[in-house]
Amino acid sequence: MKRGKLFPALLAALLLVPLFASCHGSRALDPFVMPESFDTGRQFEITFWAKNDTNKTQMKVYTDAVAGFEALYPNVKVNLRFYTDYGRIYNDVITNIATRTTPNVCVTYPDHIATYITGVNTVVPLDSLFADPSYGFGGSELRYDGPERDEMVEKFLDECVIDGEHYAIPFMRSTEACYINVTMLESLGYELPDVLTWDFVWEVSDRAAEKREDGIYKANGQKTMIPFIYKSTDNMMIQYLAQRGAGYSTPEGDILLFNDTALSLLRDVARHTATGAFSTFKISSYPGNFLNAGQCLFAVDSTAGATWMGSLAPHADIPPEQFVEYEIAVRPIPQADPENPKMISQGPSVCVFNKSDPQEVLASWLFAQYLLTNDVQIGYASSEGYIPVTKKAHQSEAYREYLERGGEDGLEHYDVKIAATQLLLSNIDRTFVTPVFNGSASLRDAAGQMIENTSKSVRRRETVDDAYFEKLVSDVRSLYRLDQHTPGAGGSGAELGKLPGPSVALIAALLVAWLVMGGVVLARFLHNREGKS
Amino acid sequence: MKKLLLLAFALMMVFAVVACSDTDKKGEGVMTYAEYDAAELQTQVVVETYVQAKQSWWDNKATLYTQDKDGAYFIYEAACSEADYAKLTPGTKIKVTGYKAEWSGEIEIADATFEIETGNYVAKAEDVTSLLGTDDLVKHQNKFVSFKGMKVEAYDESGAAFAYKDPEGKSDDLYFKVSKDGKTYDFCVEYYLCGKDTDVYKAVEGLKVGDTVDMEGFLYWYNGANPHITSVTVK
Repeated sequence: MKRGKLFPALLAALLLVPLFASCHGSRALDPFVMPESFDTGRQFEITFWAKNDTNKTQMKVYTDAVAGFEALYPNVKVNLRFYTDYGRIYNDVITNIATRTTPNVCVTYPDHIATYITGVNTVVPLDSLFADPSYGFGGSELRYDGPERDEMVEKFLDECVIDGEHYAIPFMRSTEACYINVTMLESLGYELPDVLTWDFVWEVSDRAAEKREDGIYKANGQKTMIPFIYKSTDNMMIQYLAQRGAGYSTPEGDILLFNDTALSLLRDVARHTATGAFSTFKISSYPGNFLNAGQCLFAVDSTAGATWMGSLAPHADIPPEQFVEYEIAVRPIPQADPENPKMISQGPSVCVFNKSDPQEVLASWLFAQYLLTNDVQIGYASSEGYIPVTKKAHQSEAYREYLERGGEDGLEHYDVKIAATQLLLSNIDRTFVTPVFNGSASLRDAAGQMIENTSKSVRRRETVDDAYFEKLVSDVRSLYRLDQHTPGAGGSGAELGKLPGPSVALIAALLVAWLVMGGVVLARFLHNREGKS
Repeated sequence: MKKLLLLAFALMMVFAVVACSDTDKKGEGVMTYAEYDAAELQTQVVVETYVQAKQSWWDNKATLYTQDKDGAYFIYEAACSEADYAKLTPGTKIKVTGYKAEWSGEIEIADATFEIETGNYVAKAEDVTSLLGTDDLVKHQNKFVSFKGMKVEAYDESGAAFAYKDPEGKSDDLYFKVSKDGKTYDFCVEYYLCGKDTDVYKAVEGLKVGDTVDMEGFLYWYNGANPHITSVTVK
């Protein structure tokens, strides 16, 4: 089982960015120009890097999509490569940008694309392709029944805009959900509300963390109990800030994360870690494992992880004998204002990489767009708690039937998965995304790292007070190079403070060298003039 | 002649004791394995141990399987330069300072630093076949161990003898199941430890359901025993 490889990959990849942003600028690809028509007389071989959740159904949807597309376009061969985490895709893309061996089509996140496009003409802007009457959305020359532009969920399409251009198409969308052991909740004397609040979750979690004198937890009669486990602490911070109306970042890349509201969440994290009420995936393990073993009350994870949740979960990482029977409920993540819930929109998007041959790019676009057809959309979405990104799929008979059959069986129509899907479908307008810019991936990591460090420090009985948080902010700023992003980044030099001494010395030495060289040239010029005269 | 032989034998014994004591002797402030074992989670621990295998290095962090003669210590992402990582070979003695942590049942030393010391010890694989399925197996967590006479079972309903985590690119772990006395256990070839070009990776790719195998590897834990296998021999 792998864990924790994402951050190093991102950090190292970030360090590589200047390499391809500058060194290769001189031999950058030309911008993509749309060919008049797709050349079906030529053979093309394209590469598609896909991400799955270690889920065989998803792998099959991808391989079926490739086969379906190749049947329609026999002159295009699609080589499929599977990944199981976005960090590795990101890292490999960065490495391959430098060597001009990127895939043609890649499942990725807009945050990552923001870094990819720091290379010149690396990723194809898609707006002109969207609008092309022959090969764009609903194009006349398409050999499949893809969505029209107005059949895309506009909100999801908007999430793929970077600097005013679409650099990706959405592929799937999910959000986070709170999976709850209702049996345990009720045994503690609480009723499950429709919308959880942070105050409720903390209060009940503290109660569930109480032990008997012999060290056994009262709530479950076991030696292990972590009432509240959060999988993605970056999301935890981001959503908390959004719910409280506090800043995180601006579209220009100004960093607003380090504010009083963030500190108030960190203080809550510290307090409830101390009571034993809270932990995280990175510190303990997957929330679903503890939930299914009766060792967790509130497990926050993606709706795309719904098939791992519940007594009858079709996917499991723990031995059958560790499962307990319990009633499970799916709710939106804890909220600050239950009347105005807010939750993250997340999920994979697909980008098309530029190549020297526009026909190859067009073949790639045709394949990328094929991923929006109903069979692929519904097939993949129903493998987990994802939702399709097209209204065309949402409104299809097949999808409506799929949702209506929730609970009919324990696999395709697993009730927890369909409940998680419905949660997002009914809250699309309450979802949000964070601004995308070069560096937004690092900011996201920093947001989560502050929660992880705080929780870890409390566990290690370190003093967690104002001085601790001050140092934490400073350390995290430095680690994620956020001290290089200041409000108004790109503004005046005065905001960057004084130059370090060595830099001043270097600049002074360069100036002196230029002055000496200038002096020598001037002296020679004057000497020659005197000689001629 | 007898006196000479006796003298030679005595000298050999002295050398053996000296060599042995090198792995016994703990530096100042260093825990014995028993003390480490008894330490509470999230407390700081200091141990002297010997590298048995390197799992990965990335971004100046090393993950290592280590062991002394009393027990094993899994070192998760210790601060480590690439140059220092290159110096680590099976047997290298290191002094590790970090925090005892648990992730999905795996006891490890996290957020650690280490320094290389003088000394060498390579553990022999300890046969724990008879402990499979018992509560005593966990006492050998992270050790270099062997399993003998195990039968390969179908990994899933497809009937395959193993499963790739990445079936297309083969760039991730391999999973397989083996049984003994009617009970089946999950085993793994951890890709960072043994990639697709290693003998063990290829050997597992060649397994057939029903094969009888002997295996060696590290007794990693993930919600139960999840050995990271380093060699497989089909009987």
